Amino acid sequence: MSNKKTPIDTSKRNLLKGTAGIIAAGSMPLVFSNKAFAASYRNEPKGGTVTFGFNVPQTGAYADEGADELRAYKLAVQHINGEGDGGMLNTFSSKTLKGNGVNGKKVVYVTGDTQTKSDAARASAKRMIEKDGAVMITGGSSSGVAIAVQGLCQEAGVIFMAGLTHSNDTTGKDKRANGFRHFFNTEMTGAALAPVLKNNYGTDRVAYHLTADYTWGWSQEGSIRKYTEAMGWKTSQAVKTPVGAGDFSQYITPVLNSGADVLVLNHYGKDMVNSLTQAVQFGLRDKQVNGKDFTIVVPLYSRLMAAGAGDNVKGIFGSTNWHWSLQDAGSKAFVKSFGQAYGFPPSQAAHTTYCQAVLYADACQRAGSFKPSAVGAALEGFKFDGLGNGPTEYRAEDHQCFKDVLVVKGKENPSSKFDVLEVVEVTPRSQVEYKPSMLGGELGPFNNG
Amino acid sequence: MKWLNIDKSDRLLLIVFVLAVLLGPVIMTPIGGGYPDLLQKFAIFGVFAIGFNILFGLTGYLSFGHAAFLGIGSYTAVWAFKLLTMNVVPAIILATVMGGVFALAIGFVALRRSGIYFSILTLAFAQMSYNLAYSVLTPITNGETGLQLRQHDARVIDGLFGVERTDALPTTELFGLSMSGWSGYYVCGVVLIITFFISLRIFRSPFGMMLRAIKSNQNRLSYTGVNTRPYTLAAFVISGMIAGLAGGLMAATDPLAGAERMQWTASGEIVLMTILGGAGTLVGPVIGAGVIKYFENIFSAFNHDILLNVFSFLPEALQQAAATFFGLFVGEGWHLTLGALFMLIVIFLPGGLMEGVNRILNMIRRRSSSSGPPAPAPAADASVKAGE
Amino acid sequence: MDALVLQILNGLDKGAAYALIALGLTLVFGTLGVVNFAHGALFMLGAFCAVSVKALLTLEHVALDPEKLTAWGTPMEIRTPYIESWFGDFGATLIDYSVPVSILLAIPVMLILGIIMERGLIRHFYKRPHADQILVTFGLAIVVQEIVKAQFGANPIPQPAPDIFAGSADIGLLIGFAENAIVYPWWRIIYLIFSAAILGAVFAFLKYTTFGMVVRAGMADRETVGLLGIDIDRRFTIVFGLATVVAGVAGVMYTPILSPDYHMGMDFLVLSFVVVVVGGMGSLGGAVAAGFLLGILQSFASMNEVNSILPGIDQIIIYLIAVVVLLVRPRGLMGRKGVMED
Repeated sequence: MSNKKTPIDTSKRNLLKGTAGIIAAGSMPLVFSNKAFAASYRNEPKGGTVTFGFNVPQTGAYADEGADELRAYKLAVQHINGEGDGGMLNTFSSKTLKGNGVNGKKVVYVTGDTQTKSDAARASAKRMIEKDGAVMITGGSSSGVAIAVQGLCQEAGVIFMAGLTHSNDTTGKDKRANGFRHFFNTEMTGAALAPVLKNNYGTDRVAYHLTADYTWGWSQEGSIRKYTEAMGWKTSQAVKTPVGAGDFSQYITPVLNSGADVLVLNHYGKDMVNSLTQAVQFGLRDKQVNGKDFTIVVPLYSRLMAAGAGDNVKGIFGSTNWHWSLQDAGSKAFVKSFGQAYGFPPSQAAHTTYCQAVLYADACQRAGSFKPSAVGAALEGFKFDGLGNGPTEYRAEDHQCFKDVLVVKGKENPSSKFDVLEVVEVTPRSQVEYKPSMLGGELGPFNNG
Repeated sequence: MKWLNIDKSDRLLLIVFVLAVLLGPVIMTPIGGGYPDLLQKFAIFGVFAIGFNILFGLTGYLSFGHAAFLGIGSYTAVWAFKLLTMNVVPAIILATVMGGVFALAIGFVALRRSGIYFSILTLAFAQMSYNLAYSVLTPITNGETGLQLRQHDARVIDGLFGVERTDALPTTELFGLSMSGWSGYYVCGVVLIITFFISLRIFRSPFGMMLRAIKSNQNRLSYTGVNTRPYTLAAFVISGMIAGLAGGLMAATDPLAGAERMQWTASGEIVLMTILGGAGTLVGPVIGAGVIKYFENIFSAFNHDILLNVFSFLPEALQQAAATFFGLFVGEGWHLTLGALFMLIVIFLPGGLMEGVNRILNMIRRRSSSSGPPAPAPAADASVKAGE
Repeated sequence: MDALVLQILNGLDKGAAYALIALGLTLVFGTLGVVNFAHGALFMLGAFCAVSVKALLTLEHVALDPEKLTAWGTPMEIRTPYIESWFGDFGATLIDYSVPVSILLAIPVMLILGIIMERGLIRHFYKRPHADQILVTFGLAIVVQEIVKAQFGANPIPQPAPDIFAGSADIGLLIGFAENAIVYPWWRIIYLIFSAAILGAVFAFLKYTTFGMVVRAGMADRETVGLLGIDIDRRFTIVFGLATVVAGVAGVMYTPILSPDYHMGMDFLVLSFVVVVVGGMGSLGGAVAAGFLLGILQSFASMNEVNSILPGIDQIIIYLIAVVVLLVRPRGLMGRKGVMED
């Protein structure tokens, strides 16, 4: 070790050598134990339990979304272990989970804080893998974090079930064999939203984009432009705004006299709350341009965050992965068990993470193993129903779920503080499908660690 | 006879330090921190803090943009992995060099001012780096997602040596030694020991004396005809190189480089680590780094169920109450504990954690030699013992 | 042309916000010599005074409706705010005006908080190194934030301006532009006027009152003032309280523009330090000038015409200006020699 680099007199050298030897011997079992696992796969559960790792933002701007994810995960674990009312397991089309855990093992979990920072999220996931023996990592509320953790899980040899991540890259440019995403993406948002915009606002519109200046924002802007321009809209300007700008006035005033009659806010979370609130204050929604009513579009809605914009969301179109007012059996069962446990309805983040936990458990059960390659094979091409989004398929080529997309709009007369959005259209899956090659990237082989 | 050219108490300090690094896994396991990633983070942030302390602890110049060098080191290292080889040696060397180059450029400008003006200049440069890396420089930095390895990266040197390409992503290594897991920790640990040794030598050298003189009274030095700029610039560049080295190590153990590593919060974190441990002491910053990383990774992981288990010896009603109460301070409340810790330390231990350590040492010493001369005041002694 | 006028307005508005936050900070930082990293948290606390007032005004009477069920099968809740059920229309108006009303609460609350903070914590740190001040105030800021988060959650909470100020004013008409060419939100105009009033009041207070004179003397030479038998400590407590009040009311008035959340203080912290230092340590006027300078230049840098030539310039302009100013003028715009230079 260090004694090679510096001249040390002999007695001290021997002392150090001896110490180093003891340490090396002491740490050998640790090294070998990893090797021993490598013979089968990383973190193979040996006892009566299997550990899931729930990695969600607990501090920072998305802490409330993270808290909701965690609530859903706890519910999913209860249902998988046969506690509670069973939730969506009762409506899930696959009936292999019997309420006695997975592969005869009881599910336990560990939690961590991503802080919505790639480094912190990876450190937290590593702790779960290296220390707690988690066999699967799931959760998160941003695409940057999802991609970072997905890369880590690929290297470490565990499965990653993405949480709320909407960028195309997660299952496009940056896809990985060990990573799976249930949530939809910007491409699907564009494909689903454009026809609704056409029906409501016509084909002769001029759009002005304000775009959060990072990968998700660009992805969102690109998708919306692609589909709205295809139906005849023009794009007058697309302006990038710094993330967390707070005050957007300097970006909003140029919209006023730009000749545009639609403002597209490619913002999420706090940025969306602030830019929308301020755009409404600048009177954009009261304006008439080109003989038409000026209008605002927010492509990706989060009900939890949209509440921060108060009345300003009323009547504004957007898309969402799931909403608690859906009336299918799966959604109703989920809202019922979540609402009874916590006293309020679940968010889309809670829904997607619950589904991911259940889908993973089900795949392990079907594969009869927790080995990533076996579980991955069981998820690839898996068709299911009853989890709130209608018939859904985990596409084998890019590990992306394909399902119906919800187009929503801010509700005019909300009946409670949770009643922020109303579903205006359920866009069928066929309309939002695209070729897997379109977004590039390569899955590579499964890694079993 | 001087051993390694350092005196007896320093030798003891060095031996204890080396032992602590080598025995890291054994020491940390009982308190739930005995896994490779956390210990790697301890070592890497220890290196970073030692580097920061050479600037701040010795010269008193408070840089509020030091994370920029860490970030630059990380980007450089990942690019080295992508373009050259998965061996970490070139990556780490280049990261150190780039850290130095940027430190030279920024230091040259920022050191024209002192005090708070210097702090804000360094902050401004770091924030510009962060904002540009996050957005406009995405072709180089891959923006929010962070710079990652890809299967089809060039890796020229690996190509020359005929390293086989597989479908899977390659992993970083040091001549065959894996940089993840425990071997990765020991590589970082060795670097930490070397950095610590360098820092020790700087503290004890005439150069270190000069830097301390700058801290205590720069004007007097100027009046005696000493041009202090070369000294402060040298300290700034050394400190920037070590930050780059830490960034390189970070990428070596985990090949990803993100812009948020350069944000002001990251710069603030290293300032807090150093002050928490004890600025100007040799070991303090390393301990401060360890404490903050420990809180971040271990305290944030406690959830309600774990707390219920901890308090399972209590009757059920009390168990719930205790778990709910302590739940405020761990899990999603871990920031609260950290904030309270900062306040308590600085209120009761003005010299940081090292002052606490020294007080305890003094107490022991006083007990064992009650007949000797009265021990000096704790504060004064702290500066002698811990190497201010 | 109209675009330029609008950006100048934006700049003034931003500048007013920056100046107001920086004013409180520079009172503490440039005059008491305390690096107060909790200043952003004080701004945030002010904003949450508004949140609390709204929450109090909208305290609801909850009745269960056994006829209707929620989606998860429990009886639907019928919620009516007490105020509205007691006072009818007047109650509704009061809720509508919750933001301005909050100022009445924020002033005493923030003053008391400031005095407690100074007496209990800050005064023990006047003689400590800046590093210790940073650590203790940063720790305090985190603690305050986490308490707010535990109470109010992490999501932004909307605080709409009173209804009559919700829209925007056609101020272009006043200065000879075409109709609707230059419209600006009422609330932002009010914010601008409000900031100007606060800035003016603080300046007048320090300049034209005996109290202000003593404080200024104390800044220059604390010891001599003490020897003259003047209790400078007590006055410094009041200055600190004043700084907290300014931060607090700035926070209250900003809520309709920026829905408050527990983290908003940190977002403003760095910026306010930059403004204070660019203005020059120990100069109130400098901080205000720097606030407006940075606000206006930031607005101009965000114009599409500028951004298309220098992409990303709007993201770094504040820091770029800071570097340029500090290199050209060693002590910022109006800094005094020897303040926080070592």
